Amino acid sequence: MKLHEYQAKQVFADAGIPTPDSRLASTVDEVMDAVDEIGYPAAIKAQVHVGGRGKAGGIEIATSEAEAREAAESILGMDLKGYTVDTVLVEAGVDFENELYVGITMDRNEGEPVAMVSTEGGVDIESVAEETPEKIAREHIDPAFGLHPYQARKVVFEAGIPSDVAMDVASILGTLYDLYESKDASEIEINPVMVTADREVVAADAVMNIDEDALFRQPELAEMEDEAAGDELEAKANEYGFDYVRLSGNVGIIGNGAGLVMTTLDLVDHYGGSPANFLDVGGGAKAERVANALDMVFSDENVDSVVFNIFGGITRGDEVAKGINEALEQFDEIPKPVVVRLAGTNAEEGMEILNEDLVQVEGTLEDAVQRAVKNAQEVTQ
Amino acid sequence: MSIFVDDDTRVVVQGITGGEGKFHTEQMLAYGTNVVAGAVPGKGGEEVAGVPVYDTVDEAVDAEDADASVVFVPPAFAGDAVFEALDTDLDLVVAITEGIPTQDMAKVNKRLSEVDTQLLGPNCPGIITPGEAKLGILPGNIFEAGNVGLVSRSGTLTYQVVSNLTERGIGQTTAIGIGGDPIIGTSFVDALEAFEADPDTDAVVMCGEIGGEDEEQAARFIAENMDTPVAGFIAGRTAPPGKRMGHAGAIVSGSGTGTAESKIGALNDAGVPVGDTPNEVADYIEDFL
Repeated sequence: MKLHEYQAKQVFADAGIPTPDSRLASTVDEVMDAVDEIGYPAAIKAQVHVGGRGKAGGIEIATSEAEAREAAESILGMDLKGYTVDTVLVEAGVDFENELYVGITMDRNEGEPVAMVSTEGGVDIESVAEETPEKIAREHIDPAFGLHPYQARKVVFEAGIPSDVAMDVASILGTLYDLYESKDASEIEINPVMVTADREVVAADAVMNIDEDALFRQPELAEMEDEAAGDELEAKANEYGFDYVRLSGNVGIIGNGAGLVMTTLDLVDHYGGSPANFLDVGGGAKAERVANALDMVFSDENVDSVVFNIFGGITRGDEVAKGINEALEQFDEIPKPVVVRLAGTNAEEGMEILNEDLVQVEGTLEDAVQRAVKNAQEVTQ
Repeated sequence: MSIFVDDDTRVVVQGITGGEGKFHTEQMLAYGTNVVAGAVPGKGGEEVAGVPVYDTVDEAVDAEDADASVVFVPPAFAGDAVFEALDTDLDLVVAITEGIPTQDMAKVNKRLSEVDTQLLGPNCPGIITPGEAKLGILPGNIFEAGNVGLVSRSGTLTYQVVSNLTERGIGQTTAIGIGGDPIIGTSFVDALEAFEADPDTDAVVMCGEIGGEDEEQAARFIAENMDTPVAGFIAGRTAPPGKRMGHAGAIVSGSGTGTAESKIGALNDAGVPVGDTPNEVADYIEDFL
């Protein structure tokens, strides 16, 4: 789960990391009130879950009232890579001499968190990592001990951070690790940390992503989740508790188990179709859950055909068949053709129950996918 | 023969009194697995499906001479349950639980490096040596004893590929689900190493997916250390970057690492054919045998 910049900054500020004076605004008038209080220059920053906001026109620096109004008018309501901007952060502009990078993430290859520090802040750090990896100093952290202060100093000196601010940057890094651990972050980052003419360090941006599996013990952060930030259908899937990803094609895909559902997507593509979504009903799905899954996929107007691929382990074929019948019997006319493939636990019982007037049944994964692709092609032709 | 488990394996079920724990204990017993004990704090002295329950794993291991455990403990407590298992010198711990926080697993991973226990999972379907023992939730009836090893990051994909093999009369030595999380115990390399050393495994199927670099590491291991032929499958070719595709580990990063393309390329370079469909994987295995 991603926090917005203003949310992450609040968490950072509460922990003692210096951040610029800022206000949240959702109308042009509120922006103007905010700049009145903060003064110029002021940064006006779109609060949406999109990378590269600056390049896409989502961040403007205003040095006068006219510029502030113009920026507020252009950013509020704009479409930023598919997301509408409803809220901006109005923030005191920082007059800086250096821009630094600090971040902590999980190095899954090592199974340990890693702290990263660089003098190349304020830019796309992923390109720095790819093109000039030597410009990012790294220090692995033993999760049993946490980040020792000496390690924070070591990685800061190794990165070549100017010595008059090195200890302050090390201190920020230490605080970041405490937050990373105590808040179950999967990623935490300040890019850039600005160094002012007075040699003060300020967090000019804030990135904080939380491990969704740990939200049960982070109730305050869980409340910050912005449902509107996602796709409408993805929000609905969240309510139903499905793993769901919306894609751009027209073949709706429902299955059980992430690996098998991904495989079904790949096969749709392999046989010349285009997947509309990834929907995993999960293990042990009961009839109601199966019916909800069909409801989800039918609500996507891009979907022209549906393939249901179940290989039962914990999940039982008869329960799945019941759910499919229940979902489809409520229609006078089935909205989109549904192909069903059932295998594994209680698949035979499922096949007996399944109302074959409502669905097309196939015996193998390959046949089911090919039929669903053909169904979709017939609609588009 | 087999790897990691056989009909001598003596199993403790952690969380045996829960719904999942009880149901799958019955299934494991029906399959012929020696489930010798359960461990649930506060439930010592009870019995589930005729299996005695102890308060601690330590007691269970002492009393019933167990050498493996299967963890069916809810995610909030599962990290602690694995720690408890790692504290008792078991040979194998199988963590079925899905959704354990990653930082809990980082701590478990650290402890794992200090003990002599094989951890499988978490978020995995378990392990089966057909006809001898199954530890986990795999549907026993689709497996058949034979000479092909299988290792996979996904449960249902394992079932799919196994059914493609079994339908052609190709049986399995052992099938292992290593789990779809970013931090797991047993890796592809660990499993492949064990299959290479097993004289009865004549070919191996390796099912990977997008995310991380485990498949790339496995490809290097195969090129350098394996004589046993391997056929592969990689799920997630059509996954868009930045989206978590069900498994916590199945996410292609924005910078392009962990893609299906990179994994398939690495495997092909190591001489491993990668099927476009599960059925094609079975074709390759048939050719090897």
